[in-house]
Amino acid sequence: MSGSRLAIVGHRLLQAVPSIIGIIVVTFLLTRALPGDPAAYFAGPAANEESIAQIRAQLGLDKSLPEQFWVYVVDLVDGDLGTSLTTGQEVTDDILRRLPASLELTLAALIFSIGVALPLGIMAALRENSWIDHLCRVVVTAGVSLPTFFTGLFLLYIFYYLLGLAPAPLGRLNILYLSPEPVTGLYTIDALIAGDFDTFWASFTQLILPSITLGLFSLAPVARMTRAAMLQVLGGEFVRTARAAGLSRRTVVITYALRNAILPVITTLGMVFSFMLGANVLVEKVFAWPGIGSYAIEALIASDYAAVQGFVLTMAILFVILNLFIDIIYTLVDPRVGIDS
Amino acid sequence: MKRRDFVKGAGGAALGASALSFLKVLPAEAAGKDGTAVVVIGDTINSLDIHRSGTSRPSYQVAVNCYDRLVAFDTKTLADGSLSYDYSKVRPELAESWTVAPDGMSITFKLKPNAKFQDGTQVTADDVKWSLDRAVSVGGFPTVQMKAGSLEKPEQFVVVDKLTFRIDLLRKSKLTIPDLAVPVPFVINSTLAKKHATEKDPWAREYLHRNIAGSGAYKVARWNPGQQLVYERNDNWVGGKLPGVKRVIVREVPSLSTRRALIERGDIHMSYQIPGKDAKEIKAGGKAKVIGTPVENAINVLGVNFKFEPFKDPKVRQAIAFAVPYEEIFQTAAYGRGVRMWGGKSMTPETPVWPQPFPYTTDYDKAKDLLSQTAFKDGFKVPISINMGLADWQEPTALLLQESLTKIGIETNIEKIPGAGYRTAALVEKRLALHIDTFGGWLNYPCYYFFWAYMKGHLFNSSNYDNPAVDQLVNESLHMETTNPEYAKKVMKMFEYAWADLPRIALWQPVLEVAHKEELEGYEYHFHRVLDARKFSLKT
Repeated sequence: MSGSRLAIVGHRLLQAVPSIIGIIVVTFLLTRALPGDPAAYFAGPAANEESIAQIRAQLGLDKSLPEQFWVYVVDLVDGDLGTSLTTGQEVTDDILRRLPASLELTLAALIFSIGVALPLGIMAALRENSWIDHLCRVVVTAGVSLPTFFTGLFLLYIFYYLLGLAPAPLGRLNILYLSPEPVTGLYTIDALIAGDFDTFWASFTQLILPSITLGLFSLAPVARMTRAAMLQVLGGEFVRTARAAGLSRRTVVITYALRNAILPVITTLGMVFSFMLGANVLVEKVFAWPGIGSYAIEALIASDYAAVQGFVLTMAILFVILNLFIDIIYTLVDPRVGIDS
Repeated sequence: MKRRDFVKGAGGAALGASALSFLKVLPAEAAGKDGTAVVVIGDTINSLDIHRSGTSRPSYQVAVNCYDRLVAFDTKTLADGSLSYDYSKVRPELAESWTVAPDGMSITFKLKPNAKFQDGTQVTADDVKWSLDRAVSVGGFPTVQMKAGSLEKPEQFVVVDKLTFRIDLLRKSKLTIPDLAVPVPFVINSTLAKKHATEKDPWAREYLHRNIAGSGAYKVARWNPGQQLVYERNDNWVGGKLPGVKRVIVREVPSLSTRRALIERGDIHMSYQIPGKDAKEIKAGGKAKVIGTPVENAINVLGVNFKFEPFKDPKVRQAIAFAVPYEEIFQTAAYGRGVRMWGGKSMTPETPVWPQPFPYTTDYDKAKDLLSQTAFKDGFKVPISINMGLADWQEPTALLLQESLTKIGIETNIEKIPGAGYRTAALVEKRLALHIDTFGGWLNYPCYYFFWAYMKGHLFNSSNYDNPAVDQLVNESLHMETTNPEYAKKVMKMFEYAWADLPRIALWQPVLEVAHKEELEGYEYHFHRVLDARKFSLKT
């Protein structure tokens, strides 16, 4: 069993190699096609042609495209993603610092989303067209149709500005706290590992509003998918049989129906997760969250080649891993999903 | 010390800081108790070294707060009680005194014998030389800025003895001393820096990018790129009066609305550089104080590119200047915060003050009349280009312009260009026909503004203006002392050309706005428009 699973992993990783190579080439070309000239942008407020040319040479942008690509690939093989001009740091460092922030926020949002959307979807399926089904519809429609920056600012206005319940939206930790010793990079978990409950609480409270903002947006796909899958499964003959056999309602719904309905939900969760990781720029901006989405946007605006390339490559690798992870969860949930898939 | 009483631009009259007596004392954040001030900014600090290429504007504050220069600008109090740097007075910082040679071709500086770097080593003339050599050698922005003060070659910098340093001048120029007081020529601990220099990196760029080797008022206690910078007071500082706060935390908060909520809730002490809208509303709300200081030697302008066929006709350019809805733009885009730069009385200037109002007003009949005398009387089409990074004021400006230009038959579409692209298109390629831009000169002289914005081929001359007469006037006046009676005549002649030829149509003089809690004192306006926390103190 585990042997065949390893084989799947190896096979899938091999399959990912061509697409990663493709991504490297395409992002390289796309960044060069950006209209701005990074040398002019970074030459500072009082530059002249001469100093712009000096900077262009420093950045290696005076070389031909194939030469630049060669330099890029050689560095990449060494594990060097280059230096970001916007942040002045190594792209690798930037990403290693910012990715955990995004991951923590996205995971928290996903937990919130599952916690709300899954029960809501199940209830809606069990009582089709009842008030709870309508409630589900209203909540998810509202969640998906309110722009995240609006929800974010709205929640801030109520819970921070008016009520003063939420902490100041100053990123991952309030000014008074120092970040915990990095282990996983997730502040809440690192603080728990260090046994520092004050810092845990501080970082946890910082997480609440941004993760709800982000989570609200993802309620819709998860709840709708749960409802649809549950409806289909609940109409199945084995559910009728289980009910006829006098099994408790709980066993029927959770053990039999939900387990069979969960596969499409997991697929949706995977999609939602990868979407939220890179696309939560607005939430990051509103809550001063030092995540990867705003990093990528800043880099794009400044034509910061190294940072854009590093971001796209990281996301591509992350997607490959995520898809693999979801496939493995499949085999755990549903034994019928085997090697061929 | 030299007095430069000449330049007293419109910057002298700062806009009112709020003096609301009913201002509530906000609950002091715990951070304030041990002498920590918290400041939020919108952009990111990406380097501790202003000499590095790609160093962002907000990063310049590190050069100001953590390093010293030989000399510094003095401080003056403006009419509204707020502090501003004083361009007319230069005071010692690391230098104890200085003398200009009788022939005027060199300046000798005596260093303060008690000046120490943050690691305890003494500041010597060798350090000064190494630092200035670095500034003129690394290329890019620092080298260009040094050149503005006629500081071009390492040979100009001479170590006389341990505490005596001489600068040999290439030419007599009024710009040299002030250029030594801008953030760029800061003094680095060369012994420390050289330890980290390599053959490939002789100026220790990598080390100084991440570390401080200075003698300034603050040390950097912590730098989390993209998040915060924490300054800690250097108790051995001799460059000025010690700061009244132990620590300053500078947090990066990109969202404007969040920054505003933070200052209004009183969780931070200062929000640096806020848009006109917030300034107006925060001031009205009374929850924080607002200080607005007109930015000296700066104007927000409408650029009219000479490369674009219809704009080659001076009458078309003047028609446009008469069709700009100045007051409406000023109220809508600047929220009435700034200094009006239109409605001047006469086409011949009477004072050598810059910036001063251009002699144009909104007059559609005059505009139509002027246009009808040209080959373009049936109107034409032209895009208005704006910088997306400055959309908060450029977008409303463009929309109002679009509306009013249709009244004289000029059809426009608005082209929004992201930051990097805009700089390239406007300043390097100089290809934007009608564009909205802003420029401010660090050194507060009209000739310096004209040098950058009106001379042929120069970076900020985004309109491709080419007038040999102006070029000659600038060259003649750039290094001339302002006390020379010829100087005023020459700059006024320049203004006259600028008004008649109109490569740039002035809209208004922008204002640097800062919101702060009442308990934080000692904010000082500087031409470089980055945070100078050296005079901060907290009232208890």
